[in-house]
Amino acid sequence: MVQRLRVRYAKRGRLRFTSHRDISRAVERAVRRADVPVAFSAGFSPHPKISYVGAAAPTGVASEAEYLEIGVTRECDPDRLRADLDSSLPPGLDVLDVVAATAGSLADRLECSAWEIRLPGADPALAGKAVESFNAAERIEVERLTKKGMRRFDAREAVLDLHAIEGGETTAGQASGQSCVILRMVVRHATPAVRPDDVLTGLRLVADFAPPSPPEVTRLAQGPLDVRIGGPADPFGLDRDATRGGETGPVGEHVDGDL
Amino acid sequence: MSVESLFPRLEALLPKVSKPIQYVGGELNSTVKDWDEATVRWALMYPDAYEVGLPNQGVQILYEILNELPETLAERTYAVWPDMEALMRAEGVPQFTVDAHRPVRAFDVLGLSFSTELGYTNMLTALDLAGIPLEAAERGDDDPIVLAGGHAAFNPEPIADFLDAAVLGDGEQIAIAITEVIREWKAEGSPGGRDELLMRLAESGGVYVPRFYDVDYHADGRIQRVAPNRSGVPWRVHKHTVMDLDEWPYPKKPLVPLAETVHERFSVEIFRGCTRGCRFCQAGMITRPVRERSITTIGDMVEAGVKASGFNEVGLLSLSSADHSEIGDIAKGLADRYEGTNTSLSLPSTRVDAFNIDLANEFSRNGRRSGLTFAPEGGSERMRKVINKMVTEEDLIRTVTTAYTQGWRQVKLYFMCGLPTEEDADVLGIADLAKKVIQAGREATGSRDIRCTVSIGGFVPKPHTPFQWAAQADHETVDRRLKALKDALRGDKEYGRAIGLRYHDGKPSIVEGLLSRGDRRVGRVIRAVWEDGGRFDGWSEHFSYQRWMDAAAKAGVDVDWYTTREREENEVLPWDHLDAGLDREWLWQDWQDAVNDVEVEDCRWTPCYDCGVCPTMGTEIQIGPTGRKLLPLTVV
Ligand code: SF4
Repeated sequence: MVQRLRVRYAKRGRLRFTSHRDISRAVERAVRRADVPVAFSAGFSPHPKISYVGAAAPTGVASEAEYLEIGVTRECDPDRLRADLDSSLPPGLDVLDVVAATAGSLADRLECSAWEIRLPGADPALAGKAVESFNAAERIEVERLTKKGMRRFDAREAVLDLHAIEGGETTAGQASGQSCVILRMVVRHATPAVRPDDVLTGLRLVADFAPPSPPEVTRLAQGPLDVRIGGPADPFGLDRDATRGGETGPVGEHVDGDL
Repeated sequence: MSVESLFPRLEALLPKVSKPIQYVGGELNSTVKDWDEATVRWALMYPDAYEVGLPNQGVQILYEILNELPETLAERTYAVWPDMEALMRAEGVPQFTVDAHRPVRAFDVLGLSFSTELGYTNMLTALDLAGIPLEAAERGDDDPIVLAGGHAAFNPEPIADFLDAAVLGDGEQIAIAITEVIREWKAEGSPGGRDELLMRLAESGGVYVPRFYDVDYHADGRIQRVAPNRSGVPWRVHKHTVMDLDEWPYPKKPLVPLAETVHERFSVEIFRGCTRGCRFCQAGMITRPVRERSITTIGDMVEAGVKASGFNEVGLLSLSSADHSEIGDIAKGLADRYEGTNTSLSLPSTRVDAFNIDLANEFSRNGRRSGLTFAPEGGSERMRKVINKMVTEEDLIRTVTTAYTQGWRQVKLYFMCGLPTEEDADVLGIADLAKKVIQAGREATGSRDIRCTVSIGGFVPKPHTPFQWAAQADHETVDRRLKALKDALRGDKEYGRAIGLRYHDGKPSIVEGLLSRGDRRVGRVIRAVWEDGGRFDGWSEHFSYQRWMDAAAKAGVDVDWYTTREREENEVLPWDHLDAGLDREWLWQDWQDAVNDVEVEDCRWTPCYDCGVCPTMGTEIQIGPTGRKLLPLTVV
């Protein structure tokens, strides 16, 4: 392996229903179709060196910011790889950004996520009140079935920001003219992970707020927590700094790992 | 009239069902065409879950061929799981295609591919969800033509009431021909409605329209005759045979799903048909004669298919892949081409000979040496003569010993239980064979680290085979023999631990037998089972034997009469008016030969023995060798 490439990709639209396993099969095949010189592990049944970084957005949740790393046996131009891989993946699995990895772990930089939850048909006033109660609480215990069984944990502390904005757009599964509440939030990564559905459970617990139809959730970004913007910065910033060398530009804005 | 996508309504259901990705489509190499630009529109259904149906070759081939035709559109639909079915009913979402999520009822044709009879109840679910009347007689001009194909369609009588039409044999050319008949009829303004369209299809001689035939019965229940009930309809409907497979190199662009499916590989059919003459094998009988794809076409298809799909496994399919006249060169050529590429090759073959091991060695060059499979099918020499599986005990022991000495540690052996004339001793013979296999393996390798797994399938007599007249063994007998076999293996201190045994109980075979050799009266049972909640009968967790027996009792259908009863030579069989090309007298003679332990050779290597197919169908054996070789792929 001569180079490690870091890839940011999105799962959009109907492809949000892919599971993590589905995506990993699709990526492996796309890598093969695109003739990416991917490195393979040694051993009896060699695996392509593709690793997924951070906690994957759950099945049914869209994302603009999923991350993986590919080891290659030949130096690759990141922009070219981005275009090749993107055209080999089905539309809806879209490659947004590729950088050559520099020192440091990408996983360590994924400190928090920004999420958007659209709630078609929800009452804006009720939603606003529920958000207020949520923010006012110190601890909100929720329960969720995880791989390790039923777990009880606090869904409040990891939520750095939660606010509602009123949408007006009609989305899928929604009668026209219906209101749509949009929640935005920033959640710090923790174990167990606090996911958007945990926050929705929290809203139900503190204010009896339950959306009338399935929520549409999107992860907007992941990265190191930038205190100035109160959310995730670009996790590729450091890699870009290193490869750009002395070039000047609007980089280095982030505060990395300071919290 | 344009048709709206059901996706927005479906999308709201997806978060609530298991494995939602199976319903969203968007597979690589799938096609969505403009609805209004097409004049003939096909919905193709494989009536099982998406994970089983998507890889189906028949559907993929027709999908590609039809979509290549101008002004023609084909989309796919699969059986939805019960959780989705319940939500669709609650929300009023009809059966949809996965390509553009269009309602199935809006298409001109709903083409169903039945590899097995166990998909019949799933067909009824799909029709019902689509809003298409279950009974063909109740359908109107706005309903699609419901058309069945696939191996089970060689006796479509049990589902005759639910079908508008059926086709027998290879689908490529007849699907195009049907498309043209529909196009013409629509261009003329659909004169005479549905009835005339079906008449035009029936008149062509290549499409069976059940409603144009009446079945009369004797007082004792046997069929008296099946006859056309209007003029212009042929007395017999013939199967279709594609000659020159090199002209039909499909699939060119294999569908690559996002969801996990049962076969994650690119499959190339290296030939069709088989004339080994195994008497239990319906596939071998109804797909005659043998037609090979040439080594160079196979090489080209593999290269293009791997490139278009990104699959890392290639399967070379056929009924007995080691029999291709140039399989040695194909194996070596492909193994050379893909050496060191992480693309693996597989060749499903169960032939009991050393050559088969050579092939397996070639194909496992890239790594995995998982296991070898051999299919003696019968446990005793006599049994193997009855089924015309020409393998001696020495053949088997010699072959398996070779495999063990060449480093294979695990061998699978396939057998059947419930074969005609079978006695307890024949099944117990399987245990003796397995023990001898292990003994020989231990002696040859000096190691105790070798295993064999014995897999047993229940035999079901099938239409258009010499065993179509045979009595099916009742499930009590099958279960008793299997238990005796299990005891014989488990109780053996010396070899028992080295031998694994896999089998199913005998009950599902009885239902399969009822559906395989049933007539139109069995349709009532299928409907009653479906109404009682029967779905996914090919899945043991969904299948209920009791449900089938209760439904049969209620419908007044005697299951034994259809399954465990031996038929006389002159009894009219429900499928006699459907012509697979096999001469009925030859089939009967072969049945008599079976009972008398007389074997028959393969007509590829010995003179034609007049099974009837070639002269009736105007076909001929098409095999190599071509003498050509596969050249290394040019590296870009
Ligand atoms: S007609 Fe003769 S050559 Fe043709 S499949 Fe039958 S036995 Fe073989």
